[in-house]
Amino acid sequence: MLRKSYKEQKQKKEITGFEIFIRCLAAEGVDVIFGYPGASIVGIHDVLYDIEHKNKVKKEIEGTINNNRRNNAMTPTKVYDNHQGKTMTGAEIFVRSLVEEGVETLFGYPGGVVIGIHDVLHDLTHIKHILTRHEQGATHAAEGYAKATGKPGVVLVTSGPGATNTVTGIADAYMDSVPLVVFTGQVITDLIGNDAFQEVDIVGITRPITKHNFLIKDIKDLANTVKAAFYIATTGRPGPVLVDLPKDVLAAKAVFDYPKTISIRTYNPVVEGNSKQIKKAAELLSTSKRPLLYTGGGVISSNASAEVRALADKLHAPITTTLHGLGAYPEQSKLALGMLGMHGTWYSNMAVDQCDVLVAIGARFDDRVTGKVEEFAKNAKKIHIDIDPSAISKNVPVDVPIVGDVKRVLKQLNELVKPLDTKEWLKTIDTWKTEHPLRYKHDDSLRAQYIIHKLGEITDGDAVVVSDVGQSQMWTAQFFKWKHPRTQITSGGLGTMGFSLPASMGAAFGRKDLPVICITGDGGMQMNIQELATISHNKLPIKIFIMNNGYLGMVRQWQEFFWKKRYASTPISSPDFVKVAEAYGIPAKRVTSSAEVEEAIHDALAHKEGPMLVEFIVVKEENVYPMIPAGQTVAEIIESPEPLKQSHASHKTMIHAKG
Amino acid sequence: MASSDQLKQHTISLSVENHFGTLNRIAGLFAAKGYNIDSLTVGETEDAAISRMTIVTRGDDQIIEQILKQLNKLIDTIKVVDLTDEAFVDRELALVKVQCTPLTRMEIMQISEIFRTKVVDVSAKTLTIEATGSQLKVDAIINMLKPFGIKELARTGRVAIKREFQSESQ
Ligand SMILES: Cc1ncc(C[n+]2csc(CCOP(=O)(O)OP(=O)(O)O)c2C)c(N)n1
Ligand SMILES: [Mg+2]
Repeated sequence: MLRKSYKEQKQKKEITGFEIFIRCLAAEGVDVIFGYPGASIVGIHDVLYDIEHKNKVKKEIEGTINNNRRNNAMTPTKVYDNHQGKTMTGAEIFVRSLVEEGVETLFGYPGGVVIGIHDVLHDLTHIKHILTRHEQGATHAAEGYAKATGKPGVVLVTSGPGATNTVTGIADAYMDSVPLVVFTGQVITDLIGNDAFQEVDIVGITRPITKHNFLIKDIKDLANTVKAAFYIATTGRPGPVLVDLPKDVLAAKAVFDYPKTISIRTYNPVVEGNSKQIKKAAELLSTSKRPLLYTGGGVISSNASAEVRALADKLHAPITTTLHGLGAYPEQSKLALGMLGMHGTWYSNMAVDQCDVLVAIGARFDDRVTGKVEEFAKNAKKIHIDIDPSAISKNVPVDVPIVGDVKRVLKQLNELVKPLDTKEWLKTIDTWKTEHPLRYKHDDSLRAQYIIHKLGEITDGDAVVVSDVGQSQMWTAQFFKWKHPRTQITSGGLGTMGFSLPASMGAAFGRKDLPVICITGDGGMQMNIQELATISHNKLPIKIFIMNNGYLGMVRQWQEFFWKKRYASTPISSPDFVKVAEAYGIPAKRVTSSAEVEEAIHDALAHKEGPMLVEFIVVKEENVYPMIPAGQTVAEIIESPEPLKQSHASHKTMIHAKG
Repeated sequence: MASSDQLKQHTISLSVENHFGTLNRIAGLFAAKGYNIDSLTVGETEDAAISRMTIVTRGDDQIIEQILKQLNKLIDTIKVVDLTDEAFVDRELALVKVQCTPLTRMEIMQISEIFRTKVVDVSAKTLTIEATGSQLKVDAIINMLKPFGIKELARTGRVAIKREFQSESQ
């Protein structure tokens, strides 16, 4: 029908690329498209909307989710002996190498070529293999584990489809610099290249989305390569490393000799900053009247929160953070401006615009942060500290680049800087904070902002919060008050819906000291919903909060602002989440009004023995404010239409206003 | 934006581990980031474990800086040098199969001699000439031969190496 509706159209008329694309499909005889919308393709859905409304074509069939209910109960039995110097199979060498690396938790899924590894794991007490319900779940779980603990996340999957199912998680880890080591099974070396059963060139596929990857062809290289993989993943700018393990290598035998250390002649990340540059930075800062720290995920991965706090406090400099920087500095502090960028606070973006020295620390000037790059912090001299030389001057030219580990550089810098007189600057910022706070409408109807705001108050920031992607993610970033590093976990660079549920699993395996809360939209919840089985099976005490607005809300917001409110492909139906949870053996409840929120949060937090799901039915058409439209500047910022008085101002500002 | 042929050409020499997939990794980097490649050559070096690549590319200063950094970032890269602002020796090679008649054969051979290139194959209707030299020289002889009718042309990319002898004019 797509074809019919467009067949007779004239060829010559000038039309958009979106429409050309749809016409090409129609010309190819395409009748049905399976898909999922996103910001970059809203225009295509907009064209489809026309067709749908004129012809009532059912264009999109939502994929059904296949729940795999097989359980995995691997009860380890025997006591460990490290077996160094003994002859053994590749599978055993592999597992014992992981033990030497200190791996405790392995996320994965078995299959033909890796059975031998699982067979070894079956007897080993030192590594717990977590059977997820999908390999994508395994990679996100490993990411959550890595982000929450600072240790590498480890994944083991089979060849072919097992390997390709890890691709999204690997790309996500690459974008967010998460240390991940992914092991994939491979067909026997003689068959590689033959289109053998379940063969896929995963090393080729993942080359652009891994920090490095390996195909092991000889058992003699196995132990060394495992060592190298962990070394590369966790040092320098962290990232995912993939190791492809052919079945015959795993079956061959060799002497186990795990190297204690490794050096790779071509890989020597610079960790120590150049002291001349650090001195220059200190000199530049000493002249500043309006300094601003802009901190990113690099602060968290280098465990440099204490150093960042020391720098801000010593300089009396305000600090704004990226999405991944949240948690580096206590959000309730006077100097904290919250997140910057597209959905950042009004005052942080204004501070970027007005500052005279900007210190970028472990951040990469991403386009969601900068908007129009030429205008970003245009009044400021820029200092940039980062471990990755290629991140420096990539998007925005800087005046004082410092390559090195953020923690080490800051330690040196903190010695050199002197307190600044920033009273005027902080006063200006205070005024901005009171005049332009984060705010939302508060009445009987239920809003996600209120839920997250309350969650922040009730937990007092003592929680690991794992958010998904979309509006609920931005509201979480805005309204939760973080106190500790490694407690804010989300998919930033890739923006992967379906990240939060499996990632919260990984976080829960890694962290027993704090409650783990998963905040997701109704769309994101349905993208890896199968992991409820893993959560239930392992009795992970995760609190799953679904913000159900009946929409792919973030895309709907773009349609509201930029596509004339034509909600093409964004209304989304959901199953009864409460019943779904119960079917998985997870207690659940539904909340529909703001009056019930506090009690629901308290109840969920009090339920410590296992998971709990709360479905919040929130207002359908609510927007994330402020918003700087893509590629624009702070001058184009769209603020909340709520008048100051009637709205609920963010706690961050309120606490600040009290003093 | 300046069109790509207005941008300055850079000759980058890099030594890399002679590992499986390294060429793919480097070519893939250029493709993924949208950098130009005018030519890319690769071959073994005095050490069989190391390959040398010569990449001829174009870009403004910022792009070239990124290219160098991104190449350096690859785990298999041993050394990256932008030879452009240094003294270096570079060569290209072309094999040109030119049409000839008994009448034009001598003339073509004279041109070849002037350019100090070699005739490496002769048939009744063709002459094949091997030309080595700078890109300019190879371009020049190809242009000279064009009027006779080029039947086939095979041309390598550039190989380059840093010059140790620094003449005064350099
Ligand atoms: C895997 C994937 N597909 C598509 C998108 C594009 N996208 C970004 S946000 C969003 C909507 C998310 O909807 P929901 O999970 O319900 O959260 P809400 O925005 O409504 O809070 C979509 C479709 C994405 N980020 N990831
Ligand atoms: Mg939604």
